[in-house]
Amino acid sequence: MNSFLDALLLNAGYNAALVAIGAGLLGFAAGSSGTFLFLRKRALVSDATAHATLPGVGIAFIIMVSMGYDGRSLIGLLLGSAVTAAIGLVIIEWIARRTRLAEDAAIGAVLGTFFGLGIVLLTIIQTMSSGRQAGLEGFLLGSTAGMLFQDAVVIAIGGSLVVFVTWLMRRPMTLVAFDAEYAAAMGYSVRRIDLLMMGLVMGVTVVGLKLVGLILIVAMLIIPPVTARFWTDRSGRVVWIAGVFGGASGYMGAALSASAPAMPTGPIIVLMAAAIFLFSLIFAPVRGVAAAIIRHHRFQRRVHRRQGLLSLSREEPIREKFTLRLLERDGLIRPDGVPTDTGRAQAARVSRDERRWDIAREVHQDAGLTGRYDGLTPIEEVFTPDEIQEFDRRLGPPVAVGGLA
Amino acid sequence: MGADFVQFSLVPILIGIFASVACALPGNFLILRRQALIGDAISHVVLPGVVVAFLITGVVAAIPMMLGAAGAAVVAVILIEAIKRLGGIEPGAAMGVVFTALFAGGVLLLEQSDTSKVHLDVEHALMGNLESLIWFRATGWESILDPVALASVPQELPRMAVVCVLIIVLVLTFWRWLKIATFDEGFAQALGIPAGALGFGLVITAAVAAVAAFDAVGSIVVIAMFICPPAAARLMANQLATQVWWSVAFAVLSAVLGYVFAGYGPLWFGSQNAVSAAGMIATVSGVILGLACLYGPHRARVGVGREEAA
Repeated sequence: MNSFLDALLLNAGYNAALVAIGAGLLGFAAGSSGTFLFLRKRALVSDATAHATLPGVGIAFIIMVSMGYDGRSLIGLLLGSAVTAAIGLVIIEWIARRTRLAEDAAIGAVLGTFFGLGIVLLTIIQTMSSGRQAGLEGFLLGSTAGMLFQDAVVIAIGGSLVVFVTWLMRRPMTLVAFDAEYAAAMGYSVRRIDLLMMGLVMGVTVVGLKLVGLILIVAMLIIPPVTARFWTDRSGRVVWIAGVFGGASGYMGAALSASAPAMPTGPIIVLMAAAIFLFSLIFAPVRGVAAAIIRHHRFQRRVHRRQGLLSLSREEPIREKFTLRLLERDGLIRPDGVPTDTGRAQAARVSRDERRWDIAREVHQDAGLTGRYDGLTPIEEVFTPDEIQEFDRRLGPPVAVGGLA
Repeated sequence: MGADFVQFSLVPILIGIFASVACALPGNFLILRRQALIGDAISHVVLPGVVVAFLITGVVAAIPMMLGAAGAAVVAVILIEAIKRLGGIEPGAAMGVVFTALFAGGVLLLEQSDTSKVHLDVEHALMGNLESLIWFRATGWESILDPVALASVPQELPRMAVVCVLIIVLVLTFWRWLKIATFDEGFAQALGIPAGALGFGLVITAAVAAVAAFDAVGSIVVIAMFICPPAAARLMANQLATQVWWSVAFAVLSAVLGYVFAGYGPLWFGSQNAVSAAGMIATVSGVILGLACLYGPHRARVGVGREEAA
């Protein structure tokens, strides 16, 4: 635990601090830029992008070695990966637009093919530079052990660039994500903005390749936006909340992995993000599962209470166990089922409400107002006092309910 | 085409063919149902399943691993469905959340457990070990009829063959149901076909194919074969039956060409070492799809404007 705190406070050594900061920045960039793809319902495009980077890494390595340079130059490898990822994206876009195949098939096809090609190239490289360990396998699952200052700088610059462009283009991207036709009518080129969204994701993928690897970078692009969506309904906020979640899982994940042995950074970061997701899925205020359950129970209680009170007002026997328990707990009936004074008063109110609604639905035929009748909403919430007075006039004089009080 | 071929290449080629066909068949329906990426998701979660099976049993054996992988696939499908329903999240994103998280869990478990002595790592899971499935006892074509030699065939071959036949039988049995439910789920329900159960069964079948194939050929072939041959076939035909035949043909072609290119291709370029057969099979299937996209007779979409609306 102490070592985890140390790592969190960047006291666990130079490399650990570098990795933690880098992962945090990367997480922020990935979360915020992945949001628009998620909102556009194309989250898995990032999966294809990530897998399509592998042949680029291989090709770049082969080219650099054959030109006599050191094949492990990070910039070169990342440039190569960006090229093939871009080709993959263009192919996806082309297949989905020009053939009758759906986008998911295009995504899967590009993913499988490019990854297969990448593996072929990796096996070529393994035999090619026989004496030298190329270490390109690190791009599959990421490796932080040998992270250099230069790598952190690449992440910092690339990540900030992505975040900056995301911020700059947030309006057109939001527009396209929610209503592409409207965006087109406004004069935006939907195709170009789609390419931009994918391009941003590609940027994050390329930058994060070394740190978390191409299989797990997908998680950082998808999980934080999905998580953020639980906490807000405003698109402008989703982007930054996703960024914060991504950054937090990156930073904490890196710290955790630095504080214990056999804790690979990439998977820990992803599991951190998944834990935040799980927490949000359950405890988010409106869209969470717990909130939904509470809402459901409240609704159930309201229905039972109302129906029970209506039965009291009509002096009908109540047999439903839950209703009886509810009414008794609220002091509306006695244990033997006889209504108390409060119970009778409330029953009278509910009955009056119901009868007012009956009149209201006769008077107002338009669904806008009377459509809100669900047997639960008090009429005072829908109609004005003078309207209700009019209903009361039509109702006639009040009647006693449940015998004499 | 002599003894060497039978000893070194016959078994991998056959396994490749069986695996490809087993994946391509359910792939046809998955693509038409817009669930193409479920194969991708399943092939990712196979890893944690295998690792958990290894941790429980302590051995690297085929049956527990296949059970573990199948269990993980079922868990993943249930999780995806739960997150989709509980969180109101679109299917693609739900899938992305589940399979990446489970995959990360698998990698972590693998790192945490002592698997240094056994042949179990992520790269193996990705690439398979098609090249290593050698039929040592084979001396030539006559070995095919020799029971002693046949007994030493790598066990992946009969296993994969059984799964492939099983999937063919399933597809034939449920052909009419699958066809109706795939194109018009509402109509299928009106006819009394249990469309929901059928959809789940299809995914489970895909999982079985993926798990069986994964052991021998690795995840890449699985992902590619679920999508590339059926997608290419979709551009070749307007009839479901014709499409399925095309997809089988493409799957076989990818497996054979891929293996040949991987095993013998480098020799043509003067290199000594073969390249990854699994990767090459996936690549070939992608090339076939690319050609189908460019020249397939039914590549164009009927009716326009759908993508603009989407």
